[in-house]
Amino acid sequence: MLRQIVEVALLNLRNLPARLGSSSVIVVGIGGVVGVLIAILAMGKGFQSALSRAGEPDRAIVLRGGSSGELSSGMGQAEMNVIASMPEVTIASGELFLIADVPKRSNQSPANLAIRGVGQAAFDIRPNVRVVEGRAFEPGRAEMIAGRQAAIEFEGIDLGATVKLRNGEWTIVGFFEADGSAYESEVWVDLATAQSTFRRQGVSSMRVRLASPEVAAAVAKRVEEDPRLDLELATETDYYSEQSEQLTALITYFGYTVAAIMAVGAVFSALNTMYTAVSTRTVEIATLRALGFGGLPVVASVVLEAVALAALGGALGAAVAYLGFNGWTASTLAGGSFSQVAFDFAVTQDLVVLGLTWALALGLVGGLFPAVRAARLPITAALRGE
Amino acid sequence: MTKAGLVWSNLRRRPTRTFLTLVSVLVAFLLFTMLRAVAVAFEGGGFGEAGASRLVVAPKFSIIDPLLLSQMREIEGVAGVDAVTHADWFGGIYQDRRNFFPKFPVRPQGYFGMYPEFEIDAGQLEAFENTRTGAVAPAGMARRFGWQVGDKIPIEGDIYPLRDGSRLWEFDLVGTYTTGNARRDETGGGVFLFNFDYFDEARMFGEGSIGWFIVRVADPERAPEVASRIDALFENSLHPSRTSTEDEYNRQFAKQQGDIGLMTTGILGAVFFTILLLTANTMAQALRERIPELAVLKTFGFTDGAVALLVLAEAVALCLLGGLIGVALGYAAMTALQPLLQDFLGLIEVTWPTVASAVGVAVALGLVVGAAPAWTARRLTIVDALRER
Repeated sequence: MLRQIVEVALLNLRNLPARLGSSSVIVVGIGGVVGVLIAILAMGKGFQSALSRAGEPDRAIVLRGGSSGELSSGMGQAEMNVIASMPEVTIASGELFLIADVPKRSNQSPANLAIRGVGQAAFDIRPNVRVVEGRAFEPGRAEMIAGRQAAIEFEGIDLGATVKLRNGEWTIVGFFEADGSAYESEVWVDLATAQSTFRRQGVSSMRVRLASPEVAAAVAKRVEEDPRLDLELATETDYYSEQSEQLTALITYFGYTVAAIMAVGAVFSALNTMYTAVSTRTVEIATLRALGFGGLPVVASVVLEAVALAALGGALGAAVAYLGFNGWTASTLAGGSFSQVAFDFAVTQDLVVLGLTWALALGLVGGLFPAVRAARLPITAALRGE
Repeated sequence: MTKAGLVWSNLRRRPTRTFLTLVSVLVAFLLFTMLRAVAVAFEGGGFGEAGASRLVVAPKFSIIDPLLLSQMREIEGVAGVDAVTHADWFGGIYQDRRNFFPKFPVRPQGYFGMYPEFEIDAGQLEAFENTRTGAVAPAGMARRFGWQVGDKIPIEGDIYPLRDGSRLWEFDLVGTYTTGNARRDETGGGVFLFNFDYFDEARMFGEGSIGWFIVRVADPERAPEVASRIDALFENSLHPSRTSTEDEYNRQFAKQQGDIGLMTTGILGAVFFTILLLTANTMAQALRERIPELAVLKTFGFTDGAVALLVLAEAVALCLLGGLIGVALGYAAMTALQPLLQDFLGLIEVTWPTVASAVGVAVALGLVVGAAPAWTARRLTIVDALRER
């Protein structure tokens, strides 16, 4: 039996080149489904990873109670002192978070650029933030350093250029990188200078390094229960995953919906192709049956053909998605910070596996029904060419 | 038998193939419809019908900078300005972060005067004006959350705490209004409006500041002039402004979501093209297989032109049928997805231009797909074709 299956399948695959035109429909159709599925999900993955890379489990963010992000949060010196003096807190960085309208390079339309006013502690607490070009800003001066992505996305963010914001002009003195995290979409300025220029008292948020990730829950509870504080503390990991949750879910949902609709189209094209393949080979299949080959080998051979073509399509789709989109940069308005966050598409290994699984499943469906029809052909009628 | 009948019975001859091809075409147009609807929303059509005579005066440098209530007087004095009112972004969370809908503190008479398309019962508008903690919601939103007039609506202020340090705002729902767009009303979109005076005295900080002014100009043609006059007024003040038409303002906001919409449309455009290619291939193949039959028709005395036309008509009919069903399904799909997408993209509509372009593409597709087989059919000689059998 197994030998029969192998023989019929080989026979089939060998004369595949003769049906190249119609077979390519399966390859292209299923390739399209897989490529789109992977490309869209890679967008969600990329966004998620830009935000999750900004967070670490032993770092926490402190916001005003009830605020939905740094932009709507604020706190005064007294509250900052209470947090900074907690025994589990090893470094504390008070930061001012603002946004400004700056035109994007892509469409000249103003978009929200994130501005973070920071002191030295902000660099101490985030060792992965490094100035890679130019120099750091000097305290007390209207200077800024721009994240790599901010420089790419926004008009006029060039080394040595000045940016006009409310109440004054700022000179860009350096560029920084932060391991591809969302910080790279921000510009950083001196905290005290920003407070006086933008007439802000206190800070928007605090970042604190904790002695260990394990103490986070206990510290958060103490912050919540302290009557002097109207603050909330969350680990950055939790904070950023909540921030990315909604958009990532939407993109994922969108990706699956579109791919599923396309999959219906691709399966029907595949069915069409395989039915045609079976009908043009009616005589051949009937001859095989007359020679004593069973129904199962015939079914298996047709299914195998469809699956092989589908796998080829899937691999092609995955390759196109990887070559075309992996590392592509896009940016969007992120919910909590209400500012532009740039991110790179991430075609990960599990997305490729997912895509190939889809391809095989679609090939199986597309091959099964025509295969059954082929096996059920009445031999004598088929041989007469009816 | 009429020619149309002949086309029809040809299509029915191989029901499996016709059905399969139809579904592929249909899927392509289903995607086309959904994508165009999403793209239109990204282009800025989703958040309301902009009035040609309305301008938005926003802070020049950032939406987080305030404008001052006191600037309203000055704007009213600008030549060409008919009326001015204001609004602000309250943020706020109703029960769950996912229940996202915009909430603006406004002046009841001024705001409804600015948006004549919003319809509200005169008594309810008066109650809104006279109730300090009053609020009105779009009728569809009230239905969506099960609110009745007279209910207290609790909203947690994520941006604005109250003066006493608490964060829980409570508004009394005194009325509902319709937004002038049947679909938005149906799906519960729109803005939750409450009394600015109460908001201003009860908030912890920011007293006397507002988010943006809405200006109605006397003559829409001269809107750009009025806009630059307003901006010139505040150019050197502590609160400079940037004035644009409401349409432009909405568009700029939509562009901020930006790349995602653009890219999705791009990716999916390629997909649509792929599916069409596949379908064209299948259909051309199906027509080729029928060459002997065409020869028979010619034997019966059909002219070359008539046979070619028959083939072409069959391709166009199939594409058009698939296209129309696809558009209809796309419309149904977007209606079903609306509640999920509206907080993110606003109102998503399958517009008439979308339908028209789908029909156009369907006909063009039919012609392209049918052209080669029709040409073959036209040149077919009876003897050769019959011998092929």
